[in-house]
Amino acid sequence: MATTSAALPQPARTRRVRRNVQPYLYLLPAFVVMGIITFYPLLFQVWMSFHDFGLKNFRTVNPVPAPFIGLDNYVRIAESKLQIPNFEFLRLVLFNLWWAFSNVVVHVVLGVLIAVVLNTKGLLFRGVYRALFILPVVIPSIIVATVWRNMFDPDAGAVNFLFQAVGGLIGIPADNPAFHLNWLRQANDPISFIPLPLAYFAMLTANTWLGWPLNAVVATGALQSIPGDLYEAADMDGANGWQKFRTVTIPFLRPAMLPYAIYGFVITFNLFFLPYFMTGGEPFGRTEILVTQAYRLANDRQLFGVAAAFSVYLFFLLLVVTLITNRLARATKSYAD
Amino acid sequence: MATIATPRRLPLIGRARARTRGNEERRMPLGRQILMQLICLFITLTVLFPIIWIFSMSIDPRNISRPDALNLIPPGWSFDAYRRVLEQPTNNPISFLGLAANSLKIALGSSVVAVLIGVTAAYAFSRLRFRGRESLMIAILGVLMLPSVAVIIPLYVFLNQFRIDFAGLSFNLRASLLGVSLAVISAQLPFAIWNLKGYLDTIPRDLEEAAAVDGASQNQIFIRVVLPLSTPAIAVTGFLGFLGGWTEYLTAYMFIGGNVQDWTLSIALNSMVGQFARTTPWSAFAAFAILFALPVSVVFFFFQRYLVGGLAVGGVKG
Repeated sequence: MATTSAALPQPARTRRVRRNVQPYLYLLPAFVVMGIITFYPLLFQVWMSFHDFGLKNFRTVNPVPAPFIGLDNYVRIAESKLQIPNFEFLRLVLFNLWWAFSNVVVHVVLGVLIAVVLNTKGLLFRGVYRALFILPVVIPSIIVATVWRNMFDPDAGAVNFLFQAVGGLIGIPADNPAFHLNWLRQANDPISFIPLPLAYFAMLTANTWLGWPLNAVVATGALQSIPGDLYEAADMDGANGWQKFRTVTIPFLRPAMLPYAIYGFVITFNLFFLPYFMTGGEPFGRTEILVTQAYRLANDRQLFGVAAAFSVYLFFLLLVVTLITNRLARATKSYAD
Repeated sequence: MATIATPRRLPLIGRARARTRGNEERRMPLGRQILMQLICLFITLTVLFPIIWIFSMSIDPRNISRPDALNLIPPGWSFDAYRRVLEQPTNNPISFLGLAANSLKIALGSSVVAVLIGVTAAYAFSRLRFRGRESLMIAILGVLMLPSVAVIIPLYVFLNQFRIDFAGLSFNLRASLLGVSLAVISAQLPFAIWNLKGYLDTIPRDLEEAAAVDGASQNQIFIRVVLPLSTPAIAVTGFLGFLGGWTEYLTAYMFIGGNVQDWTLSIALNSMVGQFARTTPWSAFAAFAILFALPVSVVFFFFQRYLVGGLAVGGVKG
């Protein structure tokens, strides 16, 4: 420390200075590392986004400076005028938002319902079920996504085989076209008035398998914090099961579930694994989300400048999402107290 | 962000079970019990379906390249697929252990560094008061909320400028496991700081105050009192970081690309799937997926009560 020699005659002051400097010394290693490999690249990304940055600008010998093009990258993204097929910015953003929202709704509803079932008094084998139901959480997501990719294979996938087996039980022949769906690539929408491809529903299925157990764990904790006498009081007032669920269970679950649902929304919004490994954005880029598109722009197309501008868009979108959800969380916090 | 401030308050499955055991005097009517059991059995089937399917495919003795029917119980068993996958999982000349060693380097290197430099920062944020504390914490949180895709594009360009010449080795930093580890550290460090800070916040300060009364300096308190107390959190954060590095795909694939000797398990796994895998029998894919998942999944399963809380803070960053 530089202060020790300079301040010898005043020990009290030395100690105070040292106490003032010490916190920053504790932070120094982390912030030096983050400065180099996180904050500097993030700033560099903003610089890149204003330049026509491509493979040619990579050379370390005789480097070619990337030409400054102002907001061109941003404008081309917003107007969907990139030289890549099936790119529509607005559709991408809307699909991404809907993807996150629909998943969270399904996960939370299923998680709460299953937690309620598991929490019923007198249920046998409760421990066994709880142990089994956590299995999707402990398997790495990349493996979950690739396994589900193969499960939805049109010719050799387990999902179509399962339908064939179930159909066989009720006498439908296995060559029925409904049992040979091309889940991840079918171009026609399964429900004509909903503009979502079949691959979306396949991804939703896989992510539901992956997502509800953690929600059930959170809901279980909240359920067990509900005082039992509230239910007894409701019993005495002659409430039926549904009324008890609505007036006692839900108000107690809400403060615990809402922050977790918001967090799940942000996680699902950025969930790279499923769209990338399961569908690869098929059909026609309609199951692409922002993070997979950003990755493809840089990795497959080498459009580094465009990808940088895309990431800046992503940053601001996430900022808006976080601000809105934070406000939601605060609104319910007062409700909880 | 206030919403994820209390990771350790999440319910722990084991403890929850112990608490409910007391008030189970009331018996459930038989009909209701049967209905409930049927519902639970159905959920169990949906959860286990992919797992049983992949397991049965991996031990199927018939050596078929693609399944032609649903076989949840294979006719007999053989570990042939495991043997083949251990020798050479893809067409590329690298064994499973070679791939695993590369994944292990990334996982160990990044998690150890992230925890080591994360814990001092976490201590400062949790215990010390200083100017700029709030804004620095917001900076950490802001990076934590960013998906890793948003950082790796400039990181790729940045690391690409460096050539390392060291001990006879000469390589581009970007196209190396070291470069990938740096990118993984960049994603893990904010998480490590945040998760460790969350844990330190829950430790009572009595011991530290006692040590301070006895004349211990700040550094002594940190090393002698706080570090030993936070061993469990260091282990949890380290494991979640290890898990992230073990399964890292994004940076590994983008940075390393075609250099097969530096491929990781995740790159190989994706090369065995779907349209990339005309030559891979599905039994080999299944065996590979199981070998890949098993080490981390077993640890996760047995220590889940400590790990689930950390997951909710962002252990699995996309």
